[in-house]
Amino acid sequence: MHSAPTSRRTFLRSIVAAGLAPGVAVPVTETAVKAQSPARSRVVYAEDPLLRGVDPGGSIGDSRLLSLLDQAMQHLFPAAGPFQPWDHIVRPGQRVALKVNALGGRGLSTHSALVEAVCERLRAAGVAARDIVVFDRDTAELERAGFRIAAGGNGVQCYGTDRVGFTEDLYEYGSVGSRLSRILTERCDVLINLPVLKDHDGAGVSVALKNMYGVIHNPNKYHPNGCDPFIADLNMLPELRARLRLHICDATTACYEGGPAFKPEFTWRPNALIVSQDPVALDTVAWQAIERKRAEKGLKTLEAEQRPPRYLATAANADHRLGMHDPHQFDLVRTVTRS
Amino acid sequence: MLSRATEASSRTALQADPHPQLDRRSFLFCAASAGLLCGASVLAPSLRAARPASSGPSQDDGPFTVEARFYKKLANRKIQCQLCPRGCTVGDRERGYCGVRENRNGVYYTLVHSRVCAAHVDPIEKKPFFHYLPGTQAFSIATAGCNVNCKFCQNWDISQSRPEQVPADYAPPERIAALAAQTRCPTIAYTYSEPVVFSEFLMDVADAAHRQGIRSVVVSNGYIQEDALRQAYGKMDAVKIDLKSFTEAFYRDVVAGELKPVLGALVTLRKMNKWTEIVYLTIPTLNDSSAEIRNLSQWIRDNLGPDVPLHFSQFHPEYLLKNLPITPVSTLERAREIALAEGLHYVYIGNVPGHPAENTYCPQCKRAVIERFGMEVRQNHLRRGACPYCKQAIPGVWS
Repeated sequence: MHSAPTSRRTFLRSIVAAGLAPGVAVPVTETAVKAQSPARSRVVYAEDPLLRGVDPGGSIGDSRLLSLLDQAMQHLFPAAGPFQPWDHIVRPGQRVALKVNALGGRGLSTHSALVEAVCERLRAAGVAARDIVVFDRDTAELERAGFRIAAGGNGVQCYGTDRVGFTEDLYEYGSVGSRLSRILTERCDVLINLPVLKDHDGAGVSVALKNMYGVIHNPNKYHPNGCDPFIADLNMLPELRARLRLHICDATTACYEGGPAFKPEFTWRPNALIVSQDPVALDTVAWQAIERKRAEKGLKTLEAEQRPPRYLATAANADHRLGMHDPHQFDLVRTVTRS
Repeated sequence: MLSRATEASSRTALQADPHPQLDRRSFLFCAASAGLLCGASVLAPSLRAARPASSGPSQDDGPFTVEARFYKKLANRKIQCQLCPRGCTVGDRERGYCGVRENRNGVYYTLVHSRVCAAHVDPIEKKPFFHYLPGTQAFSIATAGCNVNCKFCQNWDISQSRPEQVPADYAPPERIAALAAQTRCPTIAYTYSEPVVFSEFLMDVADAAHRQGIRSVVVSNGYIQEDALRQAYGKMDAVKIDLKSFTEAFYRDVVAGELKPVLGALVTLRKMNKWTEIVYLTIPTLNDSSAEIRNLSQWIRDNLGPDVPLHFSQFHPEYLLKNLPITPVSTLERAREIALAEGLHYVYIGNVPGHPAENTYCPQCKRAVIERFGMEVRQNHLRRGACPYCKQAIPGVWS
């Protein structure tokens, strides 16, 4: 359970794109990776073209996804094995909440296999299964997305905020005043964010930062003006920041147009994970991935469609400092697994 | 608490039902509270007789989900809402700003039809209506949701919540009309949250009520598109508009709305010959300058006429605006003096029980023709809608 299958060769092509736009292939050595300043944000884009086997339309292999997660985490926190990176995220005995995105049903939600992989590593890090809660806004939505609901018992818990409700108190920052999910405030010490790589008709993209709309009672109030400055303000809430340790974007299936709902005609399968502790840098990388796909499909840029993700600049500004928006100011590590 | 803003709802009165066995008989299980001035726990008519208890966070949307009437379909399963001036473009599986309308596979639905989260019997003066059937009661209902986000909202726990977050009961239009009749209310009031967002329900209740000889009034922010206004509020017997300020900046920064469409709605109501009263919640430093009050008063006089009642209400710190003090009574008095000086005939001070400006004065002879204390009518001297002393007609809906 603790190691990825060893029967195949994994070629890892690491590309550090510090100072370069994502996608620009610049081979570097492991030395170059280690030379990065620890103060700089890092985003790992880990891809496995054979995640679904030789049939691109096949289903995701659970063991390959676990291996892909390990690759991503070992490049985020350079380590020789798959377990050490999680020591940066959790301590034994902590309670962990996994915020998935279940809006897109089975077609475009956080994949349950990814959640299982994360749970496996958390348990190995000393977190009891019953202390892990997989959640989103609504229990029925989680079920539609393929999650098995579990409340009580010793296994991993999975249910929506509708089961436990929101805080009585309002939490405020800037333009935002919201009640928070009690799962966040009462049932977790550590929050791990598991968004999906998605286009969004209002915000431009909906990835790590926007996924936090799923922990408040009034997300509908924060969609005007491309969700700006609401996304940034929401992510400033201390109750969130104190718990949020890691973002693992599920880019196994993604959406480049028509989001955030699932529209099969606008989805593609990058077979990738994007991992970072910096949600602004992660969202910037995700935005550029979506733009590349849009260009490939002959669609206008989000800027040309009047919906660039303006919230990113706000999230990075001096009033927020949630992360790095300028690609020159963070390191992008790309890995491709081949077998 | 007596001086708290008058339209605060008390949904807990509906939620807490200690006598479930009475539900099936449609009994009113609460008597009038001690005095009507408390403004909250007046009556709690049981709506649960209509259906088994449905409150709870996992409430099934099904019974409340009805296709919306004011929207158009767009490409890629998007829709554009045509209910309020915000005109939300809503993608599949998403909701509009109000939080109570959802796009499901390209069809837009209201999720709050017959989904009543607050119901009380209130004095009509609580709305406040001062020129509409004074001294009568209004069966007052609300659903969750609002199309703006006022930082001073006193009912934010229902107005700024999604329907599934607020315990509610299934109360279809005929049931509401029947309850109003049982409680001997001549009027149903749509209030507490923002009736714009439950327009379909409001229209259906108004039709059901009118069939039983019961009237309808709405307490609204007036932030509604003209066609929807004509269709929905066309069914109302009177309208009260909360005019939040007279500047676009305030509407943008404090309300998350716009002033211009609200003024347009007021003019449309005037053209529809709909009895309208205006409330202006007067907030220290934000909308209480003499210049703004003067501009407001002049606009009302010139566009709606001098007979539209204008209520300057006292602000209390609430929700996201807790850093400001209660409005000094002197500020309200100054505002009233300005409005009277600009030629308005009926200018009131609200949320200050016992203030002389709660009374209605004849603009001709200046004598009190309706005397009030808080939400209670102490004396109504009107004779056939006219001043008993000088025979000056007093505009309003008196019978």
